Amino acid sequence: MGMQIAFFLFSLIAIVGAILVVTTKRLFHSALALVLSFVGVAGLYILLEAEFLAALQILIYVGAIAILILFAIMLTRHLMDPKARAFNEQWWVAALVAGFLFLVLMAMILRVPWPIKAAAVPENVIEGLGSSFVGEYLVPFEVASVLLMAALIGAIIIARER
Amino acid sequence: MMDLENFLPFLGEIVARWLKGFLPVWLVDVIMMVVVGLLIILLMVVVVMALTLLERKILGRLQDRLGPNRVGPYGLIQPIADVLKLLVKEDIIPEKADKLLHFLAPVIIVVPAFMVWAVIPFGKKLVAADLNIAVLYVIALGSVTSIAILMAGWGSGNKYALLGGFRAVAQLFSYEVPMALAILSVVMAAGSMSLQKIVEAQSPLPFVLLQPVAFLIYFICGVAETNRSPFDLPEAESEIIAGYHIEYSGVKWAMFFLAEYINTFAISAMVVTLFLGGWKGPVLPSYIWFFIKVAIMVYVFFWFRATFPRLRIDQLLNFSWKFLVPLAMANLLVTGLVVKLDLGYWGKASAYWAGNILAGGLALYLLGRFTPKKALA
Repeated sequence: MGMQIAFFLFSLIAIVGAILVVTTKRLFHSALALVLSFVGVAGLYILLEAEFLAALQILIYVGAIAILILFAIMLTRHLMDPKARAFNEQWWVAALVAGFLFLVLMAMILRVPWPIKAAAVPENVIEGLGSSFVGEYLVPFEVASVLLMAALIGAIIIARER
Repeated sequence: MMDLENFLPFLGEIVARWLKGFLPVWLVDVIMMVVVGLLIILLMVVVVMALTLLERKILGRLQDRLGPNRVGPYGLIQPIADVLKLLVKEDIIPEKADKLLHFLAPVIIVVPAFMVWAVIPFGKKLVAADLNIAVLYVIALGSVTSIAILMAGWGSGNKYALLGGFRAVAQLFSYEVPMALAILSVVMAAGSMSLQKIVEAQSPLPFVLLQPVAFLIYFICGVAETNRSPFDLPEAESEIIAGYHIEYSGVKWAMFFLAEYINTFAISAMVVTLFLGGWKGPVLPSYIWFFIKVAIMVYVFFWFRATFPRLRIDQLLNFSWKFLVPLAMANLLVTGLVVKLDLGYWGKASAYWAGNILAGGLALYLLGRFTPKKALA
């Protein structure tokens, strides 16, 4: 019962945040609403006993990505103007893509046979996660690292003064 | 005779048992959680009041003056006078402010400051929640602060506030990286992210002796994370007239103040927990040891403020990215190698020493070798 109420509340936070992101007039508020949505998702992770994921969700999405978005908004000219239009003439492309993505996700959600039986959460999740990163999934993990490294170096080279 | 070590947990148990006599079990659990939370919040508010007085007294002493000495004997009632003054001050919202953000920022900055204390072990049996991801939890909460500061900076509708907000976020971002790397080497050495287990791993030697480089990096980053001098650019009075909280007054301003001092105390507590053996110590009960060590660390924070002049923003960022981050990575490499060595405790300890001296010495040598002469003049 308590779990269901908490699930309902966190889902509400996530969904209301997501709706505010696209409906708010001021872009700065949209970005902060996105943070609200992230926090709601982190709450859902905690309900699923995935505390590690929840902490990472806060650390990376709220602490890093949201700040990055806020900075991008604040440093872009005229974006903060409250009189600026929220839509430009390409809105229908975005609507098309969003609608298509929605269909794909719905098809996936409806088709996958979700296991309903609740299995016990393993005791040492972090240890398991850590050893699969450097064991079974070593190659994908390293490839992702190299990709990030390349992006980092690329960003530095673009931003460097000549 | 009740021994002091078990006194508080014992008291809690008695109260819980008494409540269970006439209340359902789940309600007793909820009540106990709320009571512990309130106790921690109350303790922090009292600690902050004490810290403000201590800071002004110690700064006064270091600068050869008296410090507060008018209200009460030796100025002891000064914090209460300050709080009363802040409570009755007019709450001003600037015309140009973004009302919602201006209102929410002080709330959002103070919540994570209190939340950190849920995982910090005050004593052998005094920890509100011994999470197995406690270290990550603390880092994550620290990163939420930058959102609140940006909200305050933007929401105030003031260019100085906005400048302070930008500075604060750049600083918090830059120093979060070496801080996390320094903590990571401790986590690797202890083999756990639970703060209680990290404390227990520090015997016979605390990590300050095994990981001196990580200790120094963490402490420097801690000073920067709390926006304290010499890293107090975001709220530099003489440059941007207090930065992001320029447009706040009364209770809202007090919230920023409260958060800053709680964070200072929390960073001291984290230094003690991660590096100085936490609540470990002979004879005295564990929580007394914890508070003695934290008080010493807080004193060092105040001492820093009286000693070092403020840095420039480019010096600040260069110091983090070009010195602390590479050093922290080298330290991480050393720790990773030593953890994998099969040497026994003292063999590993010597390997840590050798690695730390090598990494630290090399870093200092490179710093001296490649610093342009005009930067020193």
